[in-house]
Amino acid sequence: MKNNIQSNRLADIEIVENFTDIAPLLTDKQVLVASERCLFCYDAPCINACPTEIDIPLFIRKINTGNAHGAAKEILSANILGGSCARVCPTETLCEDACVRNTLEDSPVSIGRLQRYAVEHLDPARGYPFTRAAETGKHVAIVGAGPAGLACAHRLAREGHQITIYEAANKPGGLNEYGIAYYKLVDNYAQQEVDFVLQIGGIEIQYEKALGRDFTLQHLRDTHDAVFLGLGMGATNGLNILGEDLPGVEDAVDYISELRQADSLSTLAVGNNIVVIGAGMTAIDIAVQSKKLGAAEVTMVYRRDQQSMGASEHEQELAQTHGVHFVFNAQPKQILGDENGIHAMEFNRTSINGQGKLVASDEVISLSCDIVFKAIGQKLHPSFLDQDIERPALCKSGRFAVDESFQTSIAKVFAGGDCIKGKDLVVEAVDHGNKAAQAIHQLLQQGDKL
Amino acid sequence: MADLSSEFLGIKCINPFWLASAPPTDKAYNVIRAFEAGWGGVVWKTLGEDPAPINVSSRYGVHYGQNRQVLGFNNIELITDRSLQINLDEITQVKKDWPDRAMIVSLMVPCEEESWKAILPRVEATGADGIELNFGCPHGMPERGMGAAVGQVPEYIEMVTRWCKQYCSLPVIVKLTPNITDIRLPAEAALRGGADAVSLINTINSITSVNLDTMSPEPSVDGKGTHGGYCGPAVKPIALSMLSEIARSPVTAQMPISGIGGVSNWRDAAEFIALGASNVQVCTAAMLFGFKIIDDLCDGLSDWMDEKGYQSIDDFCRMAIPNTTDWKHLNMNYKRVAVIDQDNCIQCGRCFAACEDTSHQSILKTAKNGGNEYTIIEEECVGCNLCQVTCPEPNAIAMVDIDTGQEHLSWLHHPANPFREAK
Repeated sequence: MKNNIQSNRLADIEIVENFTDIAPLLTDKQVLVASERCLFCYDAPCINACPTEIDIPLFIRKINTGNAHGAAKEILSANILGGSCARVCPTETLCEDACVRNTLEDSPVSIGRLQRYAVEHLDPARGYPFTRAAETGKHVAIVGAGPAGLACAHRLAREGHQITIYEAANKPGGLNEYGIAYYKLVDNYAQQEVDFVLQIGGIEIQYEKALGRDFTLQHLRDTHDAVFLGLGMGATNGLNILGEDLPGVEDAVDYISELRQADSLSTLAVGNNIVVIGAGMTAIDIAVQSKKLGAAEVTMVYRRDQQSMGASEHEQELAQTHGVHFVFNAQPKQILGDENGIHAMEFNRTSINGQGKLVASDEVISLSCDIVFKAIGQKLHPSFLDQDIERPALCKSGRFAVDESFQTSIAKVFAGGDCIKGKDLVVEAVDHGNKAAQAIHQLLQQGDKL
Repeated sequence: MADLSSEFLGIKCINPFWLASAPPTDKAYNVIRAFEAGWGGVVWKTLGEDPAPINVSSRYGVHYGQNRQVLGFNNIELITDRSLQINLDEITQVKKDWPDRAMIVSLMVPCEEESWKAILPRVEATGADGIELNFGCPHGMPERGMGAAVGQVPEYIEMVTRWCKQYCSLPVIVKLTPNITDIRLPAEAALRGGADAVSLINTINSITSVNLDTMSPEPSVDGKGTHGGYCGPAVKPIALSMLSEIARSPVTAQMPISGIGGVSNWRDAAEFIALGASNVQVCTAAMLFGFKIIDDLCDGLSDWMDEKGYQSIDDFCRMAIPNTTDWKHLNMNYKRVAVIDQDNCIQCGRCFAACEDTSHQSILKTAKNGGNEYTIIEEECVGCNLCQVTCPEPNAIAMVDIDTGQEHLSWLHHPANPFREAK
């Protein structure tokens, strides 16, 4: 079976074409037409739908009046990762879903792509658009150089605080670097964006420094004025079925990370007949990328129906246009194979019973496959706090519990991004980072007065 | 960051953007919202004698572009329809609460000295920063001997302005009507009367459309319509020209100008300032999009000034005036031609239709790859710009300078001019 898993399924040129930018930069003319459609709504629904509350009508008006540089400043002042959000946000479920143009025209203003255009037109010749206040002498520790940590760091650095980010990996960016489908964020954009964030000054990143392995939370609390935990989720959920440990059963998150870090995509081994378990964005990302790498058959299997899928209609369409099959109402039963690999996966047919609960029947569906990707969500596995005596309380969903200022149960320890409960979106992580930074700044200022 | 602060006739405010005298400045509620949004000043909706006029229902008529963008609209509203004292009380309070914003009061009373003598001290007592004389309203009020009926007679302008300077110590701005053949004459009259500045343009006589079912002009009041004052983006070119006439005239060149007429964004504002305005007044854009457009006006102007290295409004004020001249001074040896960028041409053929049917037959149509390729015949091209004007693509047709190697030659000195002057 293993011989089915191979690299170079497609010619290099095909791979390169398959993985180019899925939504390239709009041309000037496209921008003219798209920006003209924005109505400059009052109390604009798109702003309310954006977790970071970017003033969308205003930045679009600025683009339309020939001030793309000003538009970029408008975006970045609300969301320092506005460039990657423009590319990776599921705009179809956020700002663009709220656009009033949907009502009678069934087609929103292309907010995401206009945002990308604006941010790319920030004119570096006119200097860095943010200034750092005078040094406050306060030092904040941030765990994780992902979207939440970077946003928090930038806000705090603007206020004049000194920031040290402790990053477990050897590169910054978090999800943007390791977890986003390749074609959504090309040209090493995640790193370019981090460089831009760091230009504010006052932010140091220490790489390959993991909480629990290299230092404790207590140590951070002892050596800094405040701590922000933005370390994502880390652990993935398991299927807990027979055959899960066989070779050929992989975590989608790990594979996407490997794919994003690969020097050459054509050297990546991929199966020919792939089953993806899950129905969220990660499931779509791994399914589509498998197809783009040359897999012949890719089937996404979900235990509920299509309406319950986490992935947006736009994402579903993307998978379908790439030839991904969907199987609904099928719950993993077992994976068949041996130490050489797998050859099939079995599912029980499910239905919703009278009480609205999902129940599995005896009817078995079998799909032949050589790879199974698990994309059924991630969880926080706080073993990294084992050496700490005082640990932040967890909420019901097993992530850090925070109050409205994003403070955990431990004073001066804040958290945001995927390690707290939310929709697990980059833009939401930025919002958490922004708001936590405001609260931390307030706290540090109060500290001065005491 | 460029400095947007503005000083006009000694009146200081945070930016050069005032709301023009119109419905947005009719009462305290609106004006406070405008100041909260960031507007630099307002010209309060025109005050008159009591009893206040009564307005009709159905007041605005619109001229749409193809995609429902408003190119311009007109109105048949009169001056404030609220009593004088209510307005004066509100003005007093708002000015007190917002000392860093400009408060100008627009006035229109009958052309009798007593009327002006009576109202001026009451206005001055509000603490307002200046007055603007509404000699421009083109509808309704002229039928009662006010508004444009005054603005179209330079002698009246001069007379009323003089009264205002006599009975009031505030700076006097005379607002000019464009419904006149030579805008310099009323401006000169204002100057003679002692006006501190002029503002222009007021709205233009217009009928925006006719309802072809009822055969009534719009806006229709019970089946009948009348001409109204036209405003919005469509009037900007007319305003710019009139503004430049006053700024260029040796008689009025020193007179400060408050520019009005279709200013919709920062770019328009910069153009007005380059052509002679020291500040600008906005109305229609605010009426179409709300007061929040002030953010784009301020940020856009500031970003552009930063890009160009201008520190203050004065740095580029009137910079386009030396380049605004009479036709007879233009260089007749200058040549430009169109160049079509084939990569950006979408082959719609609009340029060809325009040039072939209506102009100089200087575009060549060649069959190519199952479509048409359009190229410029350079020898035939007179550089009229029509192809570029008709082209739907911003980057498909460029007008390019051709070096003729010839010296500057204007009609004044052109051999074909029988009245040519010696160089």
